[in-house]
Amino acid sequence: MEVCLNGSRSFYETIRAKSGQPIELCFQCQKCATGCTMAADADHTPNQILRMVQLGLQEKVLNSNSIWLCSSCETCGARCPNGIDIAELMDTLKETAVETNMIREKNVNIFNNVFLDSVKSMGRVHEVMMMANYKLKSGDLFSDLDFGLAMFAKGKMPLFTKGVKARDKVRQIFERCSEYK
Amino acid sequence: MELSYYPGCSLEATAKEYNLSAMAACKALGIELKELEDWICCGATSAHSTNQKLALTLPAQNLAQAQNMGLDLAIPCAACYNRMKRTDHALKTDEEKRAEIEEIIDFKYTGEIKVMSLLEAIVNGLGTKTVAEKVTRPLQGLKLACYYGCLLVRPPQITCFDNPEKPMTMDNLMKALGAEPVKWSYKTDCCGASLALTASSTVEKWVTRIIDMAEEAGAQAVVTACPLCQSNLEMRRKNRLSGIPVFYFTELIGVALGLPDTKNWFVKHLIDPAPLLRALSLAC
Repeated sequence: MEVCLNGSRSFYETIRAKSGQPIELCFQCQKCATGCTMAADADHTPNQILRMVQLGLQEKVLNSNSIWLCSSCETCGARCPNGIDIAELMDTLKETAVETNMIREKNVNIFNNVFLDSVKSMGRVHEVMMMANYKLKSGDLFSDLDFGLAMFAKGKMPLFTKGVKARDKVRQIFERCSEYK
Repeated sequence: MELSYYPGCSLEATAKEYNLSAMAACKALGIELKELEDWICCGATSAHSTNQKLALTLPAQNLAQAQNMGLDLAIPCAACYNRMKRTDHALKTDEEKRAEIEEIIDFKYTGEIKVMSLLEAIVNGLGTKTVAEKVTRPLQGLKLACYYGCLLVRPPQITCFDNPEKPMTMDNLMKALGAEPVKWSYKTDCCGASLALTASSTVEKWVTRIIDMAEEAGAQAVVTACPLCQSNLEMRRKNRLSGIPVFYFTELIGVALGLPDTKNWFVKHLIDPAPLLRALSLAC
């Protein structure tokens, strides 16, 4: 039976397989939307995203800010009567959006990149360096400066870090995990 | 009780007082924490948002270390705990993933190490009765909103910790310390996590609602078990840096057990909790 009229069947199938989530089971009870923290601030509620994925509406889904405003709080998944882990689905959609270069919330993506760069080079996140990099790359130089200074004054922002001994191992983990993508 | 201990990156910087108070409280309670040797970052949100394989392999390196030490693992940060617990779950239940991860890390998963949040280790491992017996300065008159956030309780099939809609573990611990936990409905609402940096005006609305509701329920302070929850609840409320303070649960164990270091933890807060404790004659 052909389900998708204007959408892409292959988009639905790819996301279904990559996320491992039984997307087809969603029957729009909207329990996810009711408990969703970001629902009021986002383009779409989780159940709307699910329906759009079912219909294969690739562009609409990947351009929605909902996939980026999802904080992975997991309330939706915990309440879903059909056992769909919607936060996992949102992760798959973020990954796919990055792969296809449809990045609606650029700063979230920049943050993820500078965070992982820090882990890759030191083995741990050095919060000061990571934040400085984020500020430079996002161009958002001045927000939260007061918090940063207050934390620095309280000794919560150490400037130097030793990093871990097993850095080669960490780099190897990153390399091997990129192969699998 | 001897446990391996994974502090995580935040506890080396923005949540130093959580690390200091966790170690001091455990020592006083008779729990010996042995820090994992050469632990690495769990990957946090950034790994699981971008690369599923990486999100499981980074924590697995730490689980391998805990396995080498042969000690159950206690994790103070709720976010690190969640990533470790998910990895442990995948290693237990998904043979294909386990084989891949074992090959990358070069270890053999035994499944013998229990992964716990530090809160769980204290309340379920030691028990609130044992904690209560050690209390020398009961937190009398202190009304607290116990805030669990997301990652201690969800996804429930993975964390297997307390009731995901109405957890009571921290409430029971606070009662054992002599405090009065209030009833409220925002225990497990989201603080916005790392979106605080990238979508701060949105997160401000979420945090303000949580703080308003805690105050409306009569709480004089919020108590958390997560560094990101603590800093978001302090910094991202509408009335920036004013209003009710936000404790780590380990700090309040420290106060109730009469530990001498509490002042050194509280000076690191952006909203000073000392005046409240002094007003209730609870400060050292």
